[in-house]
Amino acid sequence: MKEVKKQGGLNAEIQSRIGHQLRAMYDDVVRQGVPDRFAELIRKLDGPEAAAAQIDDTAKNDGRD
Amino acid sequence: MPLTDSLRDDILASVPSLRAFAISLSGNGDRADDLVQETLLRAIANIDSFQPGSNLPAWLFTILRNLFRSDYRKRRREVEDAEGNYAKTLKTQPAQNAHLEFEEFRNALDKLPQDQREALILVGASGFSYEDAAAICGCAVGTIKSRVNRARSKLSALLYVDGAEDFGPDETVRAVIGGNGG
Repeated sequence: MKEVKKQGGLNAEIQSRIGHQLRAMYDDVVRQGVPDRFAELIRKLDGPEAAAAQIDDTAKNDGRD
Repeated sequence: MPLTDSLRDDILASVPSLRAFAISLSGNGDRADDLVQETLLRAIANIDSFQPGSNLPAWLFTILRNLFRSDYRKRRREVEDAEGNYAKTLKTQPAQNAHLEFEEFRNALDKLPQDQREALILVGASGFSYEDAAAICGCAVGTIKSRVNRARSKLSALLYVDGAEDFGPDETVRAVIGGNGG
């Protein structure tokens, strides 16, 4: 059996590869920035009431299916 | 606090990481963007309850995480089916995968219990402290630490079958290891 060097019960090299892979997956999305739809959404909402109204609209539309 | 221009800017600045969190949790880009949209609407609808000076990203992540979990319960059957199929594909894979392919990593991440997956992403990718991650998930700091550790061991076992025995394989992993010998 292959000898495995452990750190805190886990192979340090494997853990570093997993950490790298996880961040690569995540940062790939972060680098895409803010899609226009979200920039527009936040810009056009006047305040809490407008947001609440839009949540209600979405709920009604979902209920129609 | 009121929805000032600077607060709008701060919310916008969190959107890229909210999307990354949503995609990491759900594994589905369209569904993730719906989650982000609903998170933003709910955040602004409840902006009066946000405490000025407190951690805005953590507050937004908490909303998204809770939305995802309520959505997840509705789709549970769907997810369980997907997991069953995934276990089948694992058994037919060659035991030694020298390097991590993206798909393979994504599949392994999806295979983690949800509690462990979200803890690992918050700490290992989003860069939250254990304390912030605990606040986001509504649990103790020690619980987050243990979930992150279990997530890491399980990913090691799923991705590096050679070393799996060193990490105390669970039943799924044992099935994979035993897959060759029948």
